[in-house]
Amino acid sequence: MEETTKRELVLSINGERRSIVARQSETLLFVLRDGLGLTGAKPGCLNGDCGACTVLVDGTPIKSCMMLAIETVDKDITTIEGLDDAPIQHAFVRHFAFQCGYCTPGFIMNAHALIERRPNADEATIQEWLESNICRCTSYQEIEAAVKEVLEAKKAKPTDP
Amino acid sequence: MVPFDFAYYRPQSITEATALFAALERDGKRPLYYGGGTEIITLSRLNLVRTAAVIDIKAIPECRALDVGHDSLVLGAALSLAELEEANPFPLLTKAAREVADRTARNQITLGGNICGQIFYRETALPLFVAEADAIIAGPYGIRQCRFLDLFHQQLQLGRGEFVVQFKVDRAAATLPHFHRKRRKQGEVGYPLVTIVALKKDGTVRVALSGVCPFPFRSAEVEAHVNDRSRPVGERIQAAVDAFPRPILHDIEGSADYRLFVAAQLLEDMLGELGDRETV
Amino acid sequence: MAVGKSIIRKEAWDKVTGRAKYTNDFKEPGMLHASLVTSPYAHARILSLEARRALAAPGVHAVVVGEGLPLTGEDMRDRPPIAVDKVRYYGEVVAVVVADTLAQAEQAARLVRVVYEPLPAVGSPREALKKGAPLLHEHLDRYEKNKTTHPEPGTNVAHRTKIRKGNIEQGFAESDVIVETSVSFAPSDHIAMETRCATAEIWPDGTIHISASSQSPFMIKKLLHAYFGEETGKVIVHTPLVGGAYGGKAPVQLELLAYLASKAVGGRKVSVWNSREHDMVTSPVHIGLEATVKIGATKDGLFKAMEILFLFDGGAYSDKAIDVSRAAAVDCTGPYHVENVFCDSLCVYTNRPYATPFRSFGHCEQAFAIERAIDELAQELQLDPWEVRRKNAIHPGHTTPTQVRLTKSNVGNMPACLDRLRELMHWDEWQRVEVDAYTVRAKGIGAGWKTSTIDTDASSGVILTFNSDGSVNVISGVVEIGTGTKTVLAQIVAERLKMDVDQVHVKMDIDTQTTPEHWKTVASRGTFMAGRAALAAADDAIRQLKDIAACVLRASPDDLEVGFGRVFLRDDPAIFLPIKDIAYGYKFPNGNAIGGQVIGHGHYILRRLTPLDPKTGAGKPGPEWGVCAEGVEIEFNRRDYTYRIVKAYAVIDAGKVLNPKAALGQAMGAMSMGLSFASREGFLFDKEQRVLNPQLRTYRPIRFGEHPEYIVEFVETPQIDAPYGARGIGEHGLIAMPAALANALSLAAGVPLNKLPLVPELIWRTQKGDSYGSV
Ligand SMILES: Cc1cc2nc3c(=O)[nH]c(=O)nc-3n(C[C@H](O)[C@H](O)[C@H](O)COP(=O)(O)OP(=O)(O)OC[C@H]3O[C@@H](n4cnc5c(N)ncnc54)[C@H](O)[C@@H]3O)c2cc1C
Ligand code: FES
Ligand code: FES
Repeated sequence: MEETTKRELVLSINGERRSIVARQSETLLFVLRDGLGLTGAKPGCLNGDCGACTVLVDGTPIKSCMMLAIETVDKDITTIEGLDDAPIQHAFVRHFAFQCGYCTPGFIMNAHALIERRPNADEATIQEWLESNICRCTSYQEIEAAVKEVLEAKKAKPTDP
Repeated sequence: MVPFDFAYYRPQSITEATALFAALERDGKRPLYYGGGTEIITLSRLNLVRTAAVIDIKAIPECRALDVGHDSLVLGAALSLAELEEANPFPLLTKAAREVADRTARNQITLGGNICGQIFYRETALPLFVAEADAIIAGPYGIRQCRFLDLFHQQLQLGRGEFVVQFKVDRAAATLPHFHRKRRKQGEVGYPLVTIVALKKDGTVRVALSGVCPFPFRSAEVEAHVNDRSRPVGERIQAAVDAFPRPILHDIEGSADYRLFVAAQLLEDMLGELGDRETV
Repeated sequence: MAVGKSIIRKEAWDKVTGRAKYTNDFKEPGMLHASLVTSPYAHARILSLEARRALAAPGVHAVVVGEGLPLTGEDMRDRPPIAVDKVRYYGEVVAVVVADTLAQAEQAARLVRVVYEPLPAVGSPREALKKGAPLLHEHLDRYEKNKTTHPEPGTNVAHRTKIRKGNIEQGFAESDVIVETSVSFAPSDHIAMETRCATAEIWPDGTIHISASSQSPFMIKKLLHAYFGEETGKVIVHTPLVGGAYGGKAPVQLELLAYLASKAVGGRKVSVWNSREHDMVTSPVHIGLEATVKIGATKDGLFKAMEILFLFDGGAYSDKAIDVSRAAAVDCTGPYHVENVFCDSLCVYTNRPYATPFRSFGHCEQAFAIERAIDELAQELQLDPWEVRRKNAIHPGHTTPTQVRLTKSNVGNMPACLDRLRELMHWDEWQRVEVDAYTVRAKGIGAGWKTSTIDTDASSGVILTFNSDGSVNVISGVVEIGTGTKTVLAQIVAERLKMDVDQVHVKMDIDTQTTPEHWKTVASRGTFMAGRAALAAADDAIRQLKDIAACVLRASPDDLEVGFGRVFLRDDPAIFLPIKDIAYGYKFPNGNAIGGQVIGHGHYILRRLTPLDPKTGAGKPGPEWGVCAEGVEIEFNRRDYTYRIVKAYAVIDAGKVLNPKAALGQAMGAMSMGLSFASREGFLFDKEQRVLNPQLRTYRPIRFGEHPEYIVEFVETPQIDAPYGARGIGEHGLIAMPAALANALSLAAGVPLNKLPLVPELIWRTQKGDSYGSV
């Protein structure tokens, strides 16, 4: 392997600055998992199809299997490990919105971003966002209930500007 | 996962990008311009892309432009499809973009990448075809502006070292009556069986399709039949379908005859919605 | 107390915070990585394999090839773990490259040069059975096999199960009508979100440490012994949480490769992790089927005879496909009483990825054939398809196709399920309505049953240990694949010990050295077998607690009760000892002590199961039959052939619902899987039998927003033997879904739809009268 293509990257992850030496062609998913031990984001296809690897970059959900780690220098990365008691985590637990749990970190990150970015999301928007993730265990009805509950709660209790 | 190594560059200007390209090319690195990177990364894994250097164009301000000017819209090639949807400067493009891949992927896929990639559906090219957009292209010899359609023969004909900086769309065209529909084999996410986009200007329908052939197209012959109001709608559509370029796709998404069946129905829907069903 | 409540799964918070770990999440420095070199042909001779360039590539330690390896297979040893001489399916492993990093292994894998001579490929069971069809296994007669496997050398038949009950000629003679229906579907895939992964390491003391994303950690031990002669005591298998399995992780495949790879590099730890593409085609898949069902019935719809031919597409190797073909035969008639049954169920070799159980183990496949045939019969007789099912519904006193007499306990209440379904669906109000010129709404139903055809000597064990605070640890060999079974075990233990379920802890991971065996986490048997073992373990612990308390309280153990964290006198609960004071023995004030740590243990083995008679199929293949009735409501567009699944219903006899929300989740998840399979899944092959869609981009399961509304209810007919009467429910939601969808669409479109997946193009073609082949 040509060591020359490795580079030291300083990434801002879950509010912490982490430094790591990685190949320039390495994806964010592999750097998070193998380099930094953040195994919450899951590989499901490495092809952009399943959403299991979803993390937030500057608050936007992205599929970390198709983004280079080096692209995220100077950006804020949030992984499932960085969520702190988010309402969506509670809702997922309450609504039995997962079984094997493998799709869950990706689903939760996407749903969390939806809730933060589109608190007034209508049916179509919810579907548009959440159809990015595949769950093979649940029927999605449980996930739908969890997400809608959080959105409703948020609407009922708007945060002051 | 990209099994091989490449070097990553992030130029801040167009000239820096083209100069980098030339230098890397001289070094035998076979560089690639890099938009969202989604295709470069996923096809590398499958051994369908190989390069020793990528040049990310997302830090070039012109590539990120989104200007709604008096006469025209300027759409940077490195805008993500999601950004274009949200800003919604060109509703027909928004509709086409919204059906590509899925929402999370569209946070990364860029307009330029969707149009210049290997995956041949290139659905966002369709609105640019019918709006008769211009492409701003940068290359080793500087910047040129040309009609997008003229440069698109099955795929965008770029010279070595060239990349798309922006698209320019006539503002009036962006507000014309239009039609978009995407039909898949099944379900709401996935490649198209047929995607059709149309726009009506001065009583004439312009139409472009993806998924029918292994390339998106807009064809003068097809439009002539579609607009031939001397004939009943059914005949117009049949003639248009017969005039589709060849080959008709026949693959895992659907057979050729089924695609033509779907395309004919979508043409009919389109004429209905654009109020163009009557024979005169 | 704990049973019957929607207890949140024990590992819930690990799963929503990213702490939950799966096999591929465990990485250690120095671990090597493997990449699989696989065949681009479905059938070809391997002329040469050249690995020199790969071996010279940076970071590469070894290239493992197939020469000299034993054949493998659970029922019949027909599969080399790495192909030699010949490849028999697209994606078959021909070499394993081991390197320092995954990237290096993948790069080097591309440098392995294999020269193939393509052979004609066999594409479907019917093709494989044609005279003169290429043979996949020339030496079928020489393979080692178990006593219940009956291959037919000189053909592509790996196994045939025969069911002969009553007198089929007489049955047809007594029939007023005879309807014959043929159905088919190609192999598809489980696509668990976690792709399969295995690591292996061989320590200097000879112990073999395997980590695997598997439903069968204990089987891995046995098979490493059977295939490679390793001592079972030296094989230690670790299985953490598993990211979905659905039957697909029951077979043992990558584990063997990891073991061979580790051996090739001096015992170093090697990880073999499937790419999605390999997971879909290289690893075992969901079986395909071609079937013909002939039903004879009286004018008023009473079944007189069923003649059934199942041709299962077992793919290139028989492995667990034999079992699937047998399981479908065992329950071949569906949940109906049929006196005269003649069924041949064949496991056929084809040049397709090899098959393995898929959730419901041959039953959604079988039900698709039977339930379509019943709808066609009903149509022929102009009878209500619900009435026909209700009239023939199986109940206690009847016998199954393998001639087991049914009792109130060993079969669920089929009529009750059908009756409730009818009400829920408002079946009598309408079955087909035309909403406007193009839009049609229609309903379709189906019914299912299932027994679990598992090894007759399968057993399960549970250990309970106490903590010094009086809380309990449950240690069971059931793998947590997502079904929440371990939480249900905690509920069962809490109920028996009359304690708060929060005080019952569960060991999630399996370590075969310290975890008692549970045969395999398949066939909805976790709750039943491990549940029984857990009850036995709880009783054992109770006995021990009472013994200690009896000494201290100076009372007979018979007069003591255990509950609420105490051991107390039954007739005076004020006299008690906290469990925490005796869980590690009791220390008297003067320092004397009695007892020791309380360790409860229990086990369960299924009783009185027998293999099937090879001539008639008579035998007792499983302990009980769960039943279900299901329905689908769709909206179909007659112009463009698209449709939407509006509602999906299931009424399942759960015996006893131990955890309502979890049970609902199991049922709905299974229904979703069934609808996804029926409406959009399936491999597409080219003429050379290469899989064209081994990616989630092109093999697209159901997604959020495409789901219908799910309506699920449970009937409770206790199975006397089972913990609190509970029957298996993890699979039933799936069984009748494909059939119900096909029945609804057939009604809506007005043509019989007997193939899957039910994509609009299929409906269009069927209505046009075209055949619909692969592209
Ligand atoms: C999950 C998924 C689903 C998809 N579904 C669809 C779909 O439904 N319909 C559809 O039409 N497409 C679909 N695609 C294809 C997708 O739009 C293309 O792969 C596109 O390339 C991705 O854009 P990108 O910006 O990430 O491109 P990149 O990976 O950055 O680049 C792709 C190619 O385009 C070149 N390129 C990028 N930008 C420019 C530029 N400005 N000028 C010149 N060349 C450039 C690159 O050199 C490279 O060769 C899908 C892709 C994915 C990953
Ligand atoms: S692993 Fe990234 S989308 Fe599947
Ligand atoms: S919970 Fe298993 S895939 Fe979603």
